[in-house]
Amino acid sequence: MEAVLAISIGILFGSGVWLILRPRTFQVITGLLLLSYAVNMFIFVMGRAAVNKAPITLNGMTDPALYVDPLPQALVLTAIVIGFASTALYLVVLLGSRGLTGTDHVDGKEPK
Amino acid sequence: MLLLILTLIPFAGSFIAACMPTDARNREAWLAALIALTGLIIAIYLYPLINSGEVLRYRFDWLPSAGLYFSLRMDGLAWLFITLIQGITLLVVLYARYYMSPKDPVARFFSFLLAFMGAMVGVVLSGNLIQLVVFWELTSLCSFLLISYWHHRADARRGARMALTVTATGGLCLLVGVLMLGHIVGSYELDDVLAAGDRVREHAWYLPTLILVALGALTKSAQFPFHFWLPHAMAAPTPVSSYLHSATMVKAGIFLLMRLWPVLSGTEEWVWIIAGAGMCTMLLGSFMAIFQHDLKGLLAYSTISHLGLITVLLGIGSPLAMVAAIFHTLNHATFKASLFMAVGIIDHESGTRDMRKLRGLIHLMPYTATLAIIASAAMAGVPLLNGFLSKEMFFSETLEWGSGRWMSVVAVIYGVFSVAYSLRFIYVFFGKPAEDLPHTPHEPPRWMRFPVEFLVLCCLVVGIIPSLSVGPLLQLAVQSVLGDQTPSYSLAIWHGLNIPLLMSVMALIIGVIFYLLLRRYANLIQRDKVPLLYRFSGKQAYETVLLRLSSGAAKLEKWLSTRNIQPQLLVIFFTAIVLAIAAWPQFIHLNFTLTDQKAEPLFVALWVIGCACALTAAWQAKYHRLAALILVGGTGIVTCVTFLWLSAPDLALTQLMVETVTTILILLGLRWLPPRLTPQHLSLTIPASVWVRRSRDLGIAVVAGIGMAALSYGVMTSNVKESISDFYILRALSEGGGSNVVNVLLVDFRGFDTLGEITVLTIVALTVYALLRRFRPAAESIKLPAQQLHPIDPAIHQSAAQQAADGYLMIPAVYLRLLSPVICLVAAYLFMRGHNLPGGGFVAGLTFSIAIILQYMLAGTTWIESRLHLQPHRWLFFGLITASATGFGALALGYPFLTSHTAHLALPLLGEIHVPSAFLFDLGVFAVVVGSSMLILVALAHQSLRSHRQPGTPVTSSPTQPIKELS
Repeated sequence: MEAVLAISIGILFGSGVWLILRPRTFQVITGLLLLSYAVNMFIFVMGRAAVNKAPITLNGMTDPALYVDPLPQALVLTAIVIGFASTALYLVVLLGSRGLTGTDHVDGKEPK
Repeated sequence: MLLLILTLIPFAGSFIAACMPTDARNREAWLAALIALTGLIIAIYLYPLINSGEVLRYRFDWLPSAGLYFSLRMDGLAWLFITLIQGITLLVVLYARYYMSPKDPVARFFSFLLAFMGAMVGVVLSGNLIQLVVFWELTSLCSFLLISYWHHRADARRGARMALTVTATGGLCLLVGVLMLGHIVGSYELDDVLAAGDRVREHAWYLPTLILVALGALTKSAQFPFHFWLPHAMAAPTPVSSYLHSATMVKAGIFLLMRLWPVLSGTEEWVWIIAGAGMCTMLLGSFMAIFQHDLKGLLAYSTISHLGLITVLLGIGSPLAMVAAIFHTLNHATFKASLFMAVGIIDHESGTRDMRKLRGLIHLMPYTATLAIIASAAMAGVPLLNGFLSKEMFFSETLEWGSGRWMSVVAVIYGVFSVAYSLRFIYVFFGKPAEDLPHTPHEPPRWMRFPVEFLVLCCLVVGIIPSLSVGPLLQLAVQSVLGDQTPSYSLAIWHGLNIPLLMSVMALIIGVIFYLLLRRYANLIQRDKVPLLYRFSGKQAYETVLLRLSSGAAKLEKWLSTRNIQPQLLVIFFTAIVLAIAAWPQFIHLNFTLTDQKAEPLFVALWVIGCACALTAAWQAKYHRLAALILVGGTGIVTCVTFLWLSAPDLALTQLMVETVTTILILLGLRWLPPRLTPQHLSLTIPASVWVRRSRDLGIAVVAGIGMAALSYGVMTSNVKESISDFYILRALSEGGGSNVVNVLLVDFRGFDTLGEITVLTIVALTVYALLRRFRPAAESIKLPAQQLHPIDPAIHQSAAQQAADGYLMIPAVYLRLLSPVICLVAAYLFMRGHNLPGGGFVAGLTFSIAIILQYMLAGTTWIESRLHLQPHRWLFFGLITASATGFGALALGYPFLTSHTAHLALPLLGEIHVPSAFLFDLGVFAVVVGSSMLILVALAHQSLRSHRQPGTPVTSSPTQPIKELS
């Protein structure tokens, strides 16, 4: 399972990097989305992958070995929400730049 | 404690003055005068203590770990300067009350003036060197603000900038010097530093320290070669010139040299640097002063030369020279402040300061003219006035000093020059009254003249009975600097017929002759350029340096950086890859002991889909945006399922909601992007350079992906023992009162983080809203997209609301409207159970927003908003207030910020429920999430409804509001 996760993170990250380096704003925003999946997954697996060990101590058992690490989860949860906010901001800047410059090139002008 | 009051009241006064109405001249002046008077009274009250040789101290911890204390210290020297500052402030405030025009925004003026006074008091009283530098820079800033007070004038702005650049650069040097000094001594406390003089002078760093401190002092006191800023600072209102640029701020440099005199002086280097700079300044300033046409310019150069004189005295370094230096500082402050005020009166009443125009003022304003003549006689060093005494002390010091007599010759030349420019100054009062002045001059109001009268009286009193009037104060200051080395000196007008007296008389006589010669042969009155020296313009040099700096910076920027984003990102990723490769050897030493768990086929299949989606999205993002968006959404869903699979239900929920909202968001944006045709459509061939670039990027992407995969695999299989996570699992229920550890972490353990996060969310939402208010789409996207106008679609004839009522959206409308309360209920449920089971404010907020967005999508913005006034701004406001109030509530109960409490309430029907205070906090999070996501999406959705200005054309009325038109 670890291998599958690692390869997937790699592919997501690679696709994201490729897109980030592209010249069109929409490509970059897609790249950012993919990068954030990859990075969120990466931070998440810092707590190691485990099945059926959700960090919910409902039955009062507080042996840490029974649960997965909750800290990366909390960090990733906020990261997901902030990711939404930054995507929104980027989208608006992208649209504004397109309106002002008449192009969707990331530099605001078409390459010569 | 009194010291603290002394330092703080000016700042408090500054704040109050800033809040007053701009035309409240009298109130502002009363306030400022009251504050100066309080300071003066405190100073006088402290006199007996200081006089008994005590050093007053006040200190509290500022950054004790870094050896920094807020420390105030008052000894004789500080007392003298404080009294001087407060006294001059009082007079200047009185004067400024009449000088400032009712049209000027005086609130600002008095506010800056008081702030400056506070900063200056801070410099003088600082018992810690770092703190001294802080106040020092504050005086530079206040001076900048005061010089640029009339900021509509270009010369004021330029002068202010120049003064700030020079003095703040000096301040920076001073900071470094002080840090080195502190390092040598091992403490920044002034007491320790003063006691460590020998150690400092023997230290290897002595010379750099001295140079840096001297740079600070010399720039502040306008010494050669930094003197040029002072004449340009004369663009300030005259009270400011008289206050900052003659009596107080420029004395800060002198004060610093006096303060550190016991530590730094007494070496060859000190003499060369300080006395050398002082001598050049003294001669240069007095010579330039003769050839000015502006009265204030003359006084500015004269100030420069007098400061030079004091610097020379400090540079000589003998105890008697120190006495003379302190004495002359006082004398200069009195006569120069009064002269500036007199010039201000002349300017105010006649409308000009040009000495080529002004004539015969003694007939028009006899009183002011007499005062000014007496003060300028003090400036020239005429007997019976205070300037004479200190100048004579200066002469006798130059005789004592050095091997040759050349220093005394220089001193006499200086005396000659100062007599000459004083005559030049006096000249405006005599002759036939000028006819062509902007106003006819007359005497100023009674109280505007009073400060001048008072200061001139001081000049006379000190000049005639020095030992009775100023003697004890001087003794006090000298004692505090020199300690045991205090020499015996006598302040008297008549010391018998001796060489200094002869020098004074010579200077007077030659000065008069020199002036007459200049007038006859050098066309002094109308001459434009300063002879000999006009080539050496400090201003020119300053501007050249600045120009070179900025053009150099521009070149460097052009050479090293780029405005294009792609190369920058390329460099970032490339560097990251290089660094990762460099760190590889350490990475492989980690303890990889965990075994790979067996993957279920379903999980593998899931990720095959996820990766395929990602790769296809990367491939299609350029030409098929909608497809790419859907594919990215697919990857997002796979991520979401993975979270669920791997024991993170909270993450899965949040990811699912965010995924939905993000997709809607980008869908709303797609409409404004330009259509893109593939090269095949345009029958273009892709040039080879593009292929090279793509291959390079692909290479980087592949390497980055492989690296990330390896890193993740390594992390997942390495075994790390120590983790802080156990702490949270163990304490979540017992201390956080919730069994969902992730939620407890968010709202309790790391609540402060979350508070920061929702603040960021709010800021982003408001920024998005603000950006969209001025949104101007490209011309070709203003029309409705072709897909919405295709005649085959019956929906184009209906408004969004009609489409939902009886059009193609009828069926979704029925069940989505039915579902909407259910979704809201789910949101409430997720919110309520969040502390113990998966859920919480974030997820509930997103769910709730989706319930509303669905309605928007269904029936259109107009229909919804005529029925539902959501007002997302208020949600944001409410959320932030609730979350912060929860935090402050804990603070009010005596616990640290955001400490949570749990209560169990028994309610009818619902039974016992669990209400932690974190619940309220989570409510804040909920409201912020709803508010921000709604604000962003609704603002974006509204763009299709707004009428947009065509780029480049003035307001057009016709083409937009497409939906309304269609309905």
